[in-house]
Amino acid sequence: MPDDIHVPIKSDLDIVAARQRGRELAAGAGFSATDVTLIATAISELARNIVSYAKQGEIVLRLVENSGTRGIMIVGRDAGPGIANLGDAMRDGFSTSGGLGLGLPGIKRLMDRFDIESELGRGTTVSVCKWLR
Amino acid sequence: MEVPILKQGRFLIATIQAALSDADLQHLRRALVERVVRFRSRGVVVDVTALDVMDSFATRTLLDITHMIRLRGADTVIVGIQPEVAFAMVQLGLTLEGVSTALDLEEGLAHLNQRAQEGA
Repeated sequence: MPDDIHVPIKSDLDIVAARQRGRELAAGAGFSATDVTLIATAISELARNIVSYAKQGEIVLRLVENSGTRGIMIVGRDAGPGIANLGDAMRDGFSTSGGLGLGLPGIKRLMDRFDIESELGRGTTVSVCKWLR
Repeated sequence: MEVPILKQGRFLIATIQAALSDADLQHLRRALVERVVRFRSRGVVVDVTALDVMDSFATRTLLDITHMIRLRGADTVIVGIQPEVAFAMVQLGLTLEGVSTALDLEEGLAHLNQRAQEGA
């Protein structure tokens, strides 16, 4: 796909920028107002995790197609400390940054597909998708 | 982007006018608590109609604002949460437990007036 949008995430201001770019892309692709808000909320949480845990990273936004179904893919990528225990991190109410601890499982509920890869000392990549219905 | 805070008698009205960064939200929290003290306000309405997203940080900050203002003996009402924002909040697992909400500014002020009369 030629149209990847890369949004560098370095501070809380970039969180707002990332979700606005995602909102525009999703609305342009024909997502409903509700889905656009779900997507923008997921981007906000992904970008916040980057700022809170890794200090910096990027959000990549991409329109995708899978056997005739179009969708939007969002990747949150950082080279931060990584997640020691993914099982813990995917449990509701778990947080190590003093946040609300709703991050990853909440993001999973907002979207249709959720993948996470993390390696200690190397960073974390979270990929999520929402399909256009 | 600074959130304007209007003083209307014993109440304060903060109207969020665009998407807010974390720093903006923290500034709003400080400004509101400071003004509740300065004006001896009895209630605060925070109008979030223009807020595009209520994520975990925005929700936690609104909870903080409500609890801080309650410690001053004043009430807070959050008004104007858009239906799609409410849907996203529920999916995300965010609730505004113990926080008063109302449909719009008018109903928010009516709620504060009622609370003030009950207290009087």
